[in-house]
Amino acid sequence: MKIHEHQAKQLMAARGIPVPRGRVARSVDEAVAAVRPLIEESGNPVVVLKSQIHAGGRGKGRFKEHPDVRGVTVVTDGIDGGPSAAEEKVRELAQQMLGSTLMTIQTGEEGKQVNRLYVEQGIDIARELYLAVLLDRASSRNIVMASTEGGVEIEKVAEETPDKILREEIDPAIGLAAFQANQLAHGLDIEGDAAKNFVRFVRAVADAASELDTDLIEINPLVVTTDGQVMALDGKMAFDDNALYRHLDIADMRDETEEDAAELAAKNAGLSYIKLDGTIGCLVNGAGLAMATMDTIKHVGGEPANFLDVGGGATADQVTTAFQIITKDPNVKGIFVNIFGGIMRCDVIATGIVEAVERVGLEVPLVVRLEGTNVEKGKQIIAESGLKVTNADSLLDGAQKILELTEQPSGAAL
Amino acid sequence: MSVLVDKNTRVLVQGLGKTGQFHTDKAIAYGTQMVAAVHPSRAGTEFHFEGETDHSGVPGRDDTYSVELPVFATVKDAVAETGANASVVYVPPQFAADAIMEAAAAGLDLVVAITEGIPVADMIKTKRYLDGKPTRLIGPNCPGVITPGECKIGIMPGYIHQRGKIGVVSRSGTLTYEAVHQLTLLELGQTTAIGIGGDPVNGTNFVDCLQMFEVDDETEGVIMIGEIGGTAEEEAADFVSSEMTKPVAGFIAGTTAPPGKRMGHAGAIVSGGRGTAEAKIEAMTSAGIVVADTPSGMGEAMQRALG
Repeated sequence: MKIHEHQAKQLMAARGIPVPRGRVARSVDEAVAAVRPLIEESGNPVVVLKSQIHAGGRGKGRFKEHPDVRGVTVVTDGIDGGPSAAEEKVRELAQQMLGSTLMTIQTGEEGKQVNRLYVEQGIDIARELYLAVLLDRASSRNIVMASTEGGVEIEKVAEETPDKILREEIDPAIGLAAFQANQLAHGLDIEGDAAKNFVRFVRAVADAASELDTDLIEINPLVVTTDGQVMALDGKMAFDDNALYRHLDIADMRDETEEDAAELAAKNAGLSYIKLDGTIGCLVNGAGLAMATMDTIKHVGGEPANFLDVGGGATADQVTTAFQIITKDPNVKGIFVNIFGGIMRCDVIATGIVEAVERVGLEVPLVVRLEGTNVEKGKQIIAESGLKVTNADSLLDGAQKILELTEQPSGAAL
Repeated sequence: MSVLVDKNTRVLVQGLGKTGQFHTDKAIAYGTQMVAAVHPSRAGTEFHFEGETDHSGVPGRDDTYSVELPVFATVKDAVAETGANASVVYVPPQFAADAIMEAAAAGLDLVVAITEGIPVADMIKTKRYLDGKPTRLIGPNCPGVITPGECKIGIMPGYIHQRGKIGVVSRSGTLTYEAVHQLTLLELGQTTAIGIGGDPVNGTNFVDCLQMFEVDDETEGVIMIGEIGGTAEEEAADFVSSEMTKPVAGFIAGTTAPPGKRMGHAGAIVSGGRGTAEAKIEAMTSAGIVVADTPSGMGEAMQRALG
């Protein structure tokens, strides 16, 4: 699960990890009201307006409705004009940003609607660095990754100058040892008081990763200020969904407006669904087989409309929900059901399919491939249902058949 | 021979909820030596299992079975009383990591964790706990391990298997069934099929299994089934090209998976351009592994690799 920057910073601040002062605003008035107290508390006349969406690249992103406004905008009007001038500029910007669609490198052309802003104090930056804590699958441990190239995409750094990325492995029984934090500070050329601050900072971030069950903590940039403070100027956190049961406060931070409605509905029904751009819907049991089904559709020249894994013990109700989700997608021109019944019996799945089609209705061709436990019984149930279903003998055969059916003009008029 | 499990494997089950009971029954029907259950609040009682024998499993048995499975408070007690040397874990995700550690502490050779949804942080700690201990962990989030005709530990359907000469190792459950089914139809059969699981942190990786199959007399070739995420397949490809003498075929799922999305399995994600199917297929092909275009072609790919 992802959360917003302002929420990540709230979690960091609660753990003693320094972040700039800031206030979240859901309306123009709230944004304006945040300006004066921020300037007074920080003594810095500069404020920053930051769009809160679950996607990276906000700083360089632009609004669809206001192409000249960036997703993150520094307001310097307070330097000469005082707090009132800053307020005026923030009002103008917030009006343009709130409710508008921000397009970044990660959202693509579609963009994401900005529903909240984070108003933050300006910071006098001496250096921008990169810091992240994430799982290293090869060692089965979390690692700290740091780089002098702050504010740049880490993937780009990894590709172009991999030697600029420093790594320290976190022993789960010990945490990040002080000497490891020192090594990082040394490698990043941080000296004096700033080095001490950095060591405290990075060890607190490493602890946060294990205690909060994060998939990822990314601070880009981490800044060293002109007076030697170390701060998270940006903050991104994603959490292990399987561990949210022990972090109910974090689970409450979920912003469902950031998630795809169909994917959310599927999740609530115990299904795993991801929408894609193609025309052939698929319903499969098992994650690996579901991926392989998409791949095979592509292999024979089609485009999959979705990933959908009904899991190992799907009920007739879940199969119905799965059909509803697939048929709701207007791009879907045909559906391919691919089941290898192991523990899940083919007759149960067949009954589920028949019931689902009767309840949901079906206006596109359907190809069903059943294999495994009670397969004959399953095929019989489908044959006797009177549904217009094409049977397939293998995954490849099924993919070819659904492609033929969706490519025939008459296929769509069933 | 075979790897990991055979007719002498004595299995205890941790977690006897609905799923645990169902699959324990299936394992007994298959002929697996289920010797104990661990359930603190039911210690001292017995679980009764009876039904019709699954004759696709261990040969030479009666048509029906009736078994009283003794229940113990701890794994330690169960091992002391029954001589169990392997465990299968169906414990719910919140408690599963602890169950794995308990099994390792009792000195079991093998722990097969079926449970899906164990927090990554729990598995990181569990792996640290297993360091230096002789216990091998398979999974979590896997279908289990089967040596056809001898021992079935896990949730795979027994009857699709047939004893033969191919080792199978896979991150995906249903794709393992696809491969096994094809090998059975082609009369190549399997020595042992191992599901290593779909989580980012697991006990046993491709390389471990390839190593075991390489030294197993009965295994003549190996199918490895991978998917997007991580670099385990690339490491396996390195191992195949430098250490393996036996032919290897394979398949990688997720060529069409969009980056940044978790495809059902916790470990199946392309992030920051890493863990793509293309990179894995490229590494495997370069290592001389015959990679099937579609999962329907896994058995034939194995045939081609065998020459």
